[in-house]
Amino acid sequence: MEVKNINIRNMKYEDFNDNEYLEQYVEELKKNGVNVLVGKVNDLINWGRSNSVWPLTFATSCCGIEFMCVGGAHTDFARFGWEVYRNSPRQADVIFVFGTIVHKMAPVLKRLYDQLAEPKYVIAVGSCAIGGGPFKNSYHVVKGVNEIIPVDVYVPGCPPRPDAILYGMMQLSRKIKVQNFFGLTGQSENETVDNNPQSENEDEQD
Amino acid sequence: MNRIEVPKDKVYETAAMLRNDENFDFLFDIVGMDYGDNLGVIYYLSQSSNPQNVLALKTVTDNRDKPELFSVHDLWDSANIYEREVYDFFGIRFINHPDMRRIFLRADWKGHPLRKDYNADPSVNPVPLENERLEDMETSPSVSMIMGEETENVHKLFDNNEYIINFGPQHPATHGVLHLRISLDGEIISKIDPNFGYIHRGIEKMCESYTYPQILHLTDRLDYLSGTINRHAVCLCCEKALGIEAPQRAVYIRTVIDELTRIASHLIGWGSMCMDMGAVTAFMYGLRDREKIMDIFEETSGGRLMVNYNIIGGVAGDIHPDFCRKVKEFIPYMRKMLKEHHLLFTGNPIARGRMNGVGYLSKEKAISLGATGPSGRASGWHNDIRKIEPYAAYDKVDFDEVTHDSGMTFDRYIIRLEEIEQSLRIIEQLIDNIPEGACKEKTKAIIRLPEGEFFQRVENARGQFGVYINSKGDKSPYRVKFRSPSLVLVGALKEIATAPRTKVADLIMLGGSLDYVIPCIDR
Repeated sequence: MEVKNINIRNMKYEDFNDNEYLEQYVEELKKNGVNVLVGKVNDLINWGRSNSVWPLTFATSCCGIEFMCVGGAHTDFARFGWEVYRNSPRQADVIFVFGTIVHKMAPVLKRLYDQLAEPKYVIAVGSCAIGGGPFKNSYHVVKGVNEIIPVDVYVPGCPPRPDAILYGMMQLSRKIKVQNFFGLTGQSENETVDNNPQSENEDEQD
Repeated sequence: MNRIEVPKDKVYETAAMLRNDENFDFLFDIVGMDYGDNLGVIYYLSQSSNPQNVLALKTVTDNRDKPELFSVHDLWDSANIYEREVYDFFGIRFINHPDMRRIFLRADWKGHPLRKDYNADPSVNPVPLENERLEDMETSPSVSMIMGEETENVHKLFDNNEYIINFGPQHPATHGVLHLRISLDGEIISKIDPNFGYIHRGIEKMCESYTYPQILHLTDRLDYLSGTINRHAVCLCCEKALGIEAPQRAVYIRTVIDELTRIASHLIGWGSMCMDMGAVTAFMYGLRDREKIMDIFEETSGGRLMVNYNIIGGVAGDIHPDFCRKVKEFIPYMRKMLKEHHLLFTGNPIARGRMNGVGYLSKEKAISLGATGPSGRASGWHNDIRKIEPYAAYDKVDFDEVTHDSGMTFDRYIIRLEEIEQSLRIIEQLIDNIPEGACKEKTKAIIRLPEGEFFQRVENARGQFGVYINSKGDKSPYRVKFRSPSLVLVGALKEIATAPRTKVADLIMLGGSLDYVIPCIDR
C-alpha cells in the first residue's frame, strides 16, 4: 500500500526505506475513518507544518559540526524549509539530539523536551544518541536518549554524513505529513507510554 | 625529560623554588595517579624561555582514605583548574585551594571514578532526573592549613544580592555545552563561574580497559575539530614506546593531513567567532571552504569529520590517487578565498571597533594560565610545539610561527587566518615530495607497550595537546591522561572577561576568540 501525498520534492516513495512503519502508522490513524472536510484541512495544515519545521540548536559534541555542514552551502537544508533554527525551545518544533548525552546533561535535555510546544518531535542523530555509541562502557554516559525522551527518527553514524541527516529530516517530514493534526496531543502522550527502548534500535522509524 | 620525586610535605617548597628561582613558569599539566597502594600526582613543568625543557615533579600520598596535598594554585594560575580535576577523579584534596568543588561530575556523585577501587555499578550512580541543585553549584568547600592546624571552610560563591545569569549549558554561542554563571553589575561582568561536565564521557577511564588501537578511536572524539592531530599524538607516543618509526611516506602524509585539519579547524573557529559577532555570512563562507577539505579526507580515508586515518606504525591505507592533485588545487583556491575573508570581515570598521581594545591577555598571564596555541601566541608567547620539538615532518619544512604582541581580541582573530597561510605553505612544500614506499610499519597483532611512563605533546589547532601513558606491559594502559588545550582557555576566558569594564555582550565574542572545544575539556 502506498501512502498518498507524502512526496518530498522529486524523491519517489520507493526511494525511502522502512515504509512499512509509515503504512502501519497510517492504518492505525485511519482505523475509525476520517471526515472528508477535516481530512482536507488536515492535509493543508500538515503540508505547511512539514515544510517549515524549526529545529532547536542543541548539539553536545561531534555531530553538531556535521549539522552545521547541513546548514552550510554544500548540503543546504533550507531547501526543505528547516533552516530557521531556534535558540529557544519555546519556538522550536523538533529537537535534534546531536552527540553524547551524559548523566549531568540528561535532566537538561529532559527539561528542554518538556519546554518544546506540542506537537514536538525528536530525532536522535549519531550512535551516541541512539545507544551510547563508542562510549557505551562509560560510567557517565546515558545509553541512548530513548531512556529519557521518546524518539521519532534515528539517524545512525559516527557522525552521520550530512546526507544521512537530510534523509532523517525527510523521514520526519513524511511522518508529519500523514499525521492527524486535530488530536495530536493525545497521540503524543500515547507514544510516550508505548515507547519500548529495546525494539527501537532501527535505522529510521516512526 | 628530567624527573624529580619529592615527599609530599616538600612539594610546595620544591614547586616554589622551581617557579621562582629556576624560572619554570609554565605548568603544562597535573596528572593524578592511582598506584594501587598509594595515590600520587605528577606535575609537568616547562619554561617559557627554554620550552624544550620539561620537568616531571612527582609525589605520592599513602593515605587512601583522606589523601591531601598542598595546593600550588598561587604559583601557577592553571593549577586552579587542574587540581579540581584531580580532586574529582581521585579524591585528593588540595590544602589551601580556594575552591575544592568537583569539576566534571555532580556534587552528589558517589566515588571518584579514576581510582582503581571505584565501584562502577550503574545502580550506585543512576541517571539523574533532576537538575543539580543550585546550592551545590554555589557552595565551595575548601581546606586550609594555618600553623599546622587543618580547618575546613565552606563559602558561597555569590552573595544573595548579586544578579546572576546562567549562560548555557544549552546555548549556541558557548560552542558546546559549557555552563557559565555570570554575576552582573548592570551590563558589566563582575564574576564568572564556569561549570563543566555536561559532556564528560569518562574517556580516560575507558582507555584503561581498551587496547591501544581501540584508544585511537576515542582520541578523535576528544577535540573533534583537530581529531587527526590528537590521534597523531597517541600514535607517536606508542611508537616511541615500542621503538618503531613510521615510514617516511606515512610521516609526510600525516603532516599534510594534520595541516589540512588545522585549516579546517581554523575556518570553523574563524567562522563561528564572526557568527558570534553577528556575521552569519562569514560562517557560511568558512563552511564552504572547509567542505573542500572534507572531500579530500573522504576520498582518502572514507571519513569526513572522523578521519580515523592514523594507526600505530603509520597510516591505515595509502592515499587516494587524486589526493595530491586535489590538495594542489586547494592551495591556490584557499589563498584566493583568504583574501575574500579579509575583504569580507577583517577590514569591517564595525568588527574592528568591537575587537580592538577588548579582551587583553598579557604574556605573563597567558603563560601562567597555560593558554597555549593561537590564543597564547597572540600575546607574544612562542609556544608552537612544531618549532620547539619538531615531530613528523615539521623539521623538513620552512614556516613561520606567527606571533603578535598586543594580546587583544583582534590579534587572536587575525592570527588564525595567518596560521592558515602558514599551513598552506607547509603543505605546498610537502605535497610534491611525498616519498614512495610503504605507508605503515608492521606491528604485532596485539600491541603491548613496555613497562614505563611515556609522554608526547603535539600542536593541535588550539594549542599543546599532551598524552601521558603509564603502561605495566599489558595490552591496555594502566593510566592515560590527555592534556586538553581547551580546558585552560576557559580559565583564560574567566581572566579576560572579568577585566574592568568588560560588558556581557562582549563575552560571547571573547569566547569565540579563544575558540575552545567543550568535549575536549570534559573528555
